[in-house]
Amino acid sequence: MNKNVLNDLYATAARLPDKPAYCSDTVTLTFAEVLQRTESIATCLHMRGICKRPVVVFMRKSPMEITAFFGVIAGGDFYVPLDEEMPDSRIRLILENVKSPLVICDADTIEKARQFDLMGGELALYEELIHTEPDRAALDAIRRAAIDTDPIYIVFTSGSTGIPKGVAACHRSVLDYIEQLSEVLAFDEDTVFGNQAPLYFDACLKDVYSTIKFGATTWLIPQRLFSFPIALVEYLNEHRINTICWVVSALTMVSALGTFKTVKPQYLRTVAFGSEVFPIRQFRLWREAVPSATFTNLYGPTEGTGMCCWYRADRDFADDEVIPIGRPFANREILLLRADGTLAGDGEEGEICIRGTAVTLGYYNDPERTAQAFVQNPLNTAYPEIIYKTGDIGRRNAEGDLVFVSRRDHQIKHMGHRIELGEIEANVDMLDSIQMSACVYDNARQKIVLYYVGDADEPSLTTALKGKLPRYMLPNRLVRLEKLPQTANGKIDRVTLKNMAQGK
Amino acid sequence: MDELLHILNELHPDIDFTTREHLIDDIILDSFDIVTLIAEIGEEFDVTITADKIVPANFNSAKALYALIQELQDEA
Repeated sequence: MNKNVLNDLYATAARLPDKPAYCSDTVTLTFAEVLQRTESIATCLHMRGICKRPVVVFMRKSPMEITAFFGVIAGGDFYVPLDEEMPDSRIRLILENVKSPLVICDADTIEKARQFDLMGGELALYEELIHTEPDRAALDAIRRAAIDTDPIYIVFTSGSTGIPKGVAACHRSVLDYIEQLSEVLAFDEDTVFGNQAPLYFDACLKDVYSTIKFGATTWLIPQRLFSFPIALVEYLNEHRINTICWVVSALTMVSALGTFKTVKPQYLRTVAFGSEVFPIRQFRLWREAVPSATFTNLYGPTEGTGMCCWYRADRDFADDEVIPIGRPFANREILLLRADGTLAGDGEEGEICIRGTAVTLGYYNDPERTAQAFVQNPLNTAYPEIIYKTGDIGRRNAEGDLVFVSRRDHQIKHMGHRIELGEIEANVDMLDSIQMSACVYDNARQKIVLYYVGDADEPSLTTALKGKLPRYMLPNRLVRLEKLPQTANGKIDRVTLKNMAQGK
Repeated sequence: MDELLHILNELHPDIDFTTREHLIDDIILDSFDIVTLIAEIGEEFDVTITADKIVPANFNSAKALYALIQELQDEA
């Protein structure tokens, strides 16, 4: 039984040593090179006595960053990706949570890394780590001793209190996920991925780990191309990219701006999308532009290791129809639970809960919030069995497919990112010049609207928030009010605010 | 030009768009901003910015963007 995600890398590097594995505009790393760098980095960790610890990787998105991830795993540790795009306060909170003994940087990030309290951790330069002579005997011993329930990464997601949550996932969950996903999406050695997802989210697992499993190739698409649709499609064609797993907003950017009148993707055969509702008009434009490709809707929270459910969108949909999230991948079950913990009836709404190997280990160093969401299966009183409560409300339609209905709380999806509106408010309320604030989402215009009471003007508030929130969480509109509307029992009246935001 | 600056300032109140000339290269405008701008410019100025006009040179400064809008208005 395969119990280590890196076994795939060893096998593929032996079979296809000279094939490009990960490519960017400036660098191509073959499988042999990926393995060599992985082993060097792992050997460094071993020589420093770092084992079963979180290791921060703070690098610019690149093929090299992926080898740093693998190096950390090969050393028997788990990686924690940080990114320059993260605001300083978030980086600080992550460093405080994980207390990593080592922070791996590159030449582009090391100056920024020096500005932080590393909580006793040391800084190491990637370029220096990769010249270490591999100690294969030691690495073999680490791999043999590893258990498939050991973590391999922690990725951080938005938390409503203002403190992000670190989701830790193990070998077995990732192996299982990639196996089930690749069966549904038919990945193979000829697959050429066009990666869009940032490497600091679990969304990139699809491209990164399928590449080593099959000996495929992944192109890391430069982020700026996602602003310039014609250049983006030309890039797909130039590199013969045939598989894309993108957030919906990246796909609609291309179709909505009329790109297909000028250029169409020539090689695409697999288009997977998720994280948001795909507007049917845009979906139709894509199907017309690439009629031979299969389109698959994916759904799943980070806590369920990447994606959990899939739906093959192989027919036309009416304008007001919503593409279902479908059925779970093999080896996991979706329970729709009522508030009292019993199963929802036919067609009844319930909270989407995940059962199986896909359920991650929990929130790192955060037992309280872990206990709230990772709970004993209420249908099983016989032995311990943890399920994950997503907070998403869904129901099954007449065909038995799951359909997303709404959120139980104030979490939203914006440009493919999962955001707790409460985290934005918590950061705004921390500012001296603010008395109170409330955030709502204008679904129609896809804008985060912040209402606030206080002395701060809009430019200074924006500037202050840029140091605290990731760019994708910054409010798109700021509105200063004399006071916030309240409900009869004195709470902030979010319904009124939402109607104001949507111009009703 | 004032209407355009208003739209830009709504997106980024902390940026002085009259002086910046590398809005794309300095990553001030991202993908979300470009999509929003195209929609709002379309409404405000009654022009359609087609995909072939969505290139960095047209979005690097308010001046360049305004020149594009005028060009499209002249064509219409």
